[in-house]
Amino acid sequence: MSIADTLNNPYTKWMEGKGPYASIVISSRVRLARNLTDYPFPHLQDEETGRKILELGRKAVMSQEMEAQVGKMDFVEMEALSPLDRLFLVEKHLISPQLAAEEGPPRGLALSEDEAVSIMFNEEDHLRLQVIYPALQLEEAWELASKVDDILENSLDFAFDEQYGYLSCCPTNVGTGLRSSVMMHLPALAMTRMANKLFMELSKLGFVVRGMYGEGTEARGNLFQISNQITLGPSEEEIIANLAQVSRQVIEQEEMAREKMRKEGLAQLEDMVFRSYGILSNAYIISSEEAMAHLSNVRLGVDLGLLRDVQLQKLNELLVETRPAYIRKIAGKDIDAFNRDFKRAEIIRKSLAKI
Amino acid sequence: MFCQECQQRPATVHFTQIINNKKTELHLCSECARKHQELAFTFNFEPTFSINKFFAGLLDSPLFQVQPVSAPECPNCLLNLRRFAETGRFGCSRCYRSFGDSLTPLFRRVQGTTQHTGKVPKRAGGKLSIKREIEKLKAELHQAVQEEAYEKAAELRDRIRALEDKLQ
Ligand SMILES: [Zn+2]
Ligand SMILES: [Zn+2]
Repeated sequence: MSIADTLNNPYTKWMEGKGPYASIVISSRVRLARNLTDYPFPHLQDEETGRKILELGRKAVMSQEMEAQVGKMDFVEMEALSPLDRLFLVEKHLISPQLAAEEGPPRGLALSEDEAVSIMFNEEDHLRLQVIYPALQLEEAWELASKVDDILENSLDFAFDEQYGYLSCCPTNVGTGLRSSVMMHLPALAMTRMANKLFMELSKLGFVVRGMYGEGTEARGNLFQISNQITLGPSEEEIIANLAQVSRQVIEQEEMAREKMRKEGLAQLEDMVFRSYGILSNAYIISSEEAMAHLSNVRLGVDLGLLRDVQLQKLNELLVETRPAYIRKIAGKDIDAFNRDFKRAEIIRKSLAKI
Repeated sequence: MFCQECQQRPATVHFTQIINNKKTELHLCSECARKHQELAFTFNFEPTFSINKFFAGLLDSPLFQVQPVSAPECPNCLLNLRRFAETGRFGCSRCYRSFGDSLTPLFRRVQGTTQHTGKVPKRAGGKLSIKREIEKLKAELHQAVQEEAYEKAAELRDRIRALEDKLQ
C-alpha cells in the first residue's frame, strides 16, 4: 500500500483485533530514537541540513536490502501532505503530532506496505522508528524494529557512545532510545475506580500511564497507554520483558474485575452493554465523548460474549472513523460541529448494521 | 448489605481488587455504580520528577553562578551548557562529550543510571564487545581466585591478555 492509499483508508494493521489478549490489549508499539553523528538536531537545524537529513534517510529506507528483508517502503515529505492528511495519520497512530505540526524543520515519513513500520524523519530526533502491532505482541514488534534498525545502520552513521548508548536530542530518550507501549481497554478497572490505585503502583515501578484520547487527565473510552519511563540502563530485551510482564498483570486484574461484575451484576452489565449498543445503532447525532463511552461498553459486551455478532476489528476501526480528521476527510473539511456529530452517528450506525 | 457510597440503597454491584496480595472490595447500588462509570475518570500517573525543575535547579548551581561565561560549549553545534539547561535539549550528538561530567547528576536523576547495556551498532560493536568480554572474564577471574581455582585463573588471565592485545 502506498502512502496515497493509506490516506484513503481508515483501516490499519493494529486494528486486526487478533493475537494474544486482543480482547483487552488493542495494540503494542515500539519506538526507537536514532540520530546521525555530528549533524545538528532538528531544533537547531537550518533548512539545508534538514533537506540533507531527509535525503540520507530516504536513500537508506528505499534500499534493496530493506525491500528484500522487510518489504517495500514508501517515502513522502510532510510538506507534500495537507494539514488534514497529516492529522489523519496521527489519528491512525502512524505518526506523532510533532511530525504533523505545521511549523518546524523539513520532515519526512517512510511507511511499510502493511503500515506496521513507520519511520519519522526530523521529528525531535533525526529518526524515530516505530513498529505497531495488534494485541500484546511487544517482543515481535521489538524484533522487527531492531531488524529495520540494523538495515538502516548499514547506510546511516548513528550517533552512539559507549557510556550513554544511542544519543538522543532529549536526555529522557538516551541509551536504548526505546519507548515501548501498550494500548489497553480497561473498563472494569476504571468503573471500580481501582485503576487509580493500580496505576499509582505502576508509576512507582517506572511505568507511565496515560489516557488515550481526551485532553489532559481524562481517559475517554477507558483506553489507557502504559509505557516504560527509563531508556538508559536496562537492555532492550529487559525493557520489553518488563512491560510485557506488567501488561499481563494488568490484564489479569481487569479479567478478575470483569468476572466479578459478570457474576454479581450480570443484569446491570447486560443492561449497560445493550443500552449502549442500542444508542450507537440508532442515534442520529452523537458527540465524540458519548460515542467513545458507548463504544467502550459495546467492546466490553463483545469481550464477555454478550454481543456475539460485533467484531473487534470493526470497533477498532471506529476508534479512527469517529475522530475529527476522518470525518472532515469524508464530509469536507469545513464541516461544522453539528454536522460532524450527525456524520459520526451515521458512520457508527452503518458500521454496526453491516455486521 | 447497603451501598458503600450512598448508604441508602441495597448494594447489588460488587467489585473486588487484589493489589500486592491485598484484597479490596467495593459494594455499590446500581445507581451509584452507574455514576461511577459516568464520572469522568481522572488520573495523573506520570512520575513526579520534572525535567524543567531539575534544569532550573542546575541553573542555580555554583557551576553557573561563579563563572557563567565559561559554561562548557559544544565546539560542533555551539550550544552551551546554560542553553541546554534552559531547553533540556542537546544540540548535536557531540554535546554529550562536550559537556562531560556536568551531565552525570542529570542522568542519575532522569534515568537512574549512566551506563548503557543494551544494543550496540555493529560498526561500534567490534571493540565494545571485546571490552564487555574482558569485563566478564575479569569477574570470572576474580571468582576463580576467590575459590583458589588457580588453573582456571591462569587460563582466564591468558584469555584476557589475548583480548587486550586485540584492542591495541
Ligand atoms: Zn448507592
Ligand atoms: Zn553539540
